[in-house]
Amino acid sequence: MNALIIGCGRVGSSIALQLQREGWDVTVVDENEDALARLGDHWPGAFIVGHGMDVDLLREAGIEEADAVVAATDGDNTNIVIAQVAQKRFDIGCVVARVLDPARADFYTTRGLRTVCPTKTAIDTLMEAVRSCAPTNVARVTL
Amino acid sequence: MYAIVAGGGKVGANVARSLLRLGNEVTLVEQERDRFERLEDEFEHQVQRGDATELHVLERAGIGRPPDIVLALTGDDEDNLVIAQLAREKYGVEQVIARVNDPRNQAHFDLLGISPTVCATSSIMALVEHEVPEHDLIHLLELRKENLEIVEVAIDRDSPSAGKRVEALELPDGARLISVMRSGRAEIAVGSTQLEAGDQVLAILEPGKEDELRRVLLRR
Repeated sequence: MNALIIGCGRVGSSIALQLQREGWDVTVVDENEDALARLGDHWPGAFIVGHGMDVDLLREAGIEEADAVVAATDGDNTNIVIAQVAQKRFDIGCVVARVLDPARADFYTTRGLRTVCPTKTAIDTLMEAVRSCAPTNVARVTL
Repeated sequence: MYAIVAGGGKVGANVARSLLRLGNEVTLVEQERDRFERLEDEFEHQVQRGDATELHVLERAGIGRPPDIVLALTGDDEDNLVIAQLAREKYGVEQVIARVNDPRNQAHFDLLGISPTVCATSSIMALVEHEVPEHDLIHLLELRKENLEIVEVAIDRDSPSAGKRVEALELPDGARLISVMRSGRAEIAVGSTQLEAGDQVLAILEPGKEDELRRVLLRR
């Protein structure tokens, strides 16, 4: 199975490393050459320097043979565009885009894009944590 | 009419100014603080600060009315794409014009159905090609929606088509001659039109038929 990860920040690099450990062939694309360091000293996969909006670069990165594409750059709109290009132009079935803005994530989800919104996940998790502290859940000890 | 202009750089600010001068209602949206403050001196309440790819910013600018037109004119193509998609598909804005900064991104706008688009680089290159032809086949116009293009070809003495009638040319499917310009006068090309050296011929064709057309007219 081939995976193409666009954006090698904390999120992209972690996904790349984990998929690689699970037996995927992983190609990572990042604008910044230094991002390769996030993949450790012995990255066995491919690493290509360039912008994920560049179609020639996506081809070079093997998008046509990719089973999964993850758009995880630090730009919501960049991820949204790359994911749509992967889905509509290259017909990739499994495309996931990281979108920090919950409103945009919702809109593109309704349009058939698979988005992951870390902001929403953080809000939900924090809400759950706060709710669990509410008086009904706190054991009252009477001396 | 009511227009929202996203992006207050040189292009956006000048477009907003022109629209206002024509008596339109305009809201200009600019993200950067310094630029926004400079614009505020001139545009006052008609400029708002914010990222026009955020829904609440668009809504504050009145996208829910909806405006008659939205112009996505920022310096970022991905932002312009998202603004155009949100305006049209979420808020039902009927007219959307998007700016393409990097001509290599044109294909993304086409793929996602964002039209019309304006790309300064492509316009300038088309003019350069017209004014200083480097190629024997000059692209004059691209009809994106129709998937056709109009090109100009100069017939010279060595061209195999010189001295031939149009009906005798084996033009490829998907290509037709439109007109022939000879000594400053243009005529519609019909079957009996005879091509001569020095003619400027206009042709309409499907993209990808250039080489075949070149072979028939110029044998190159």
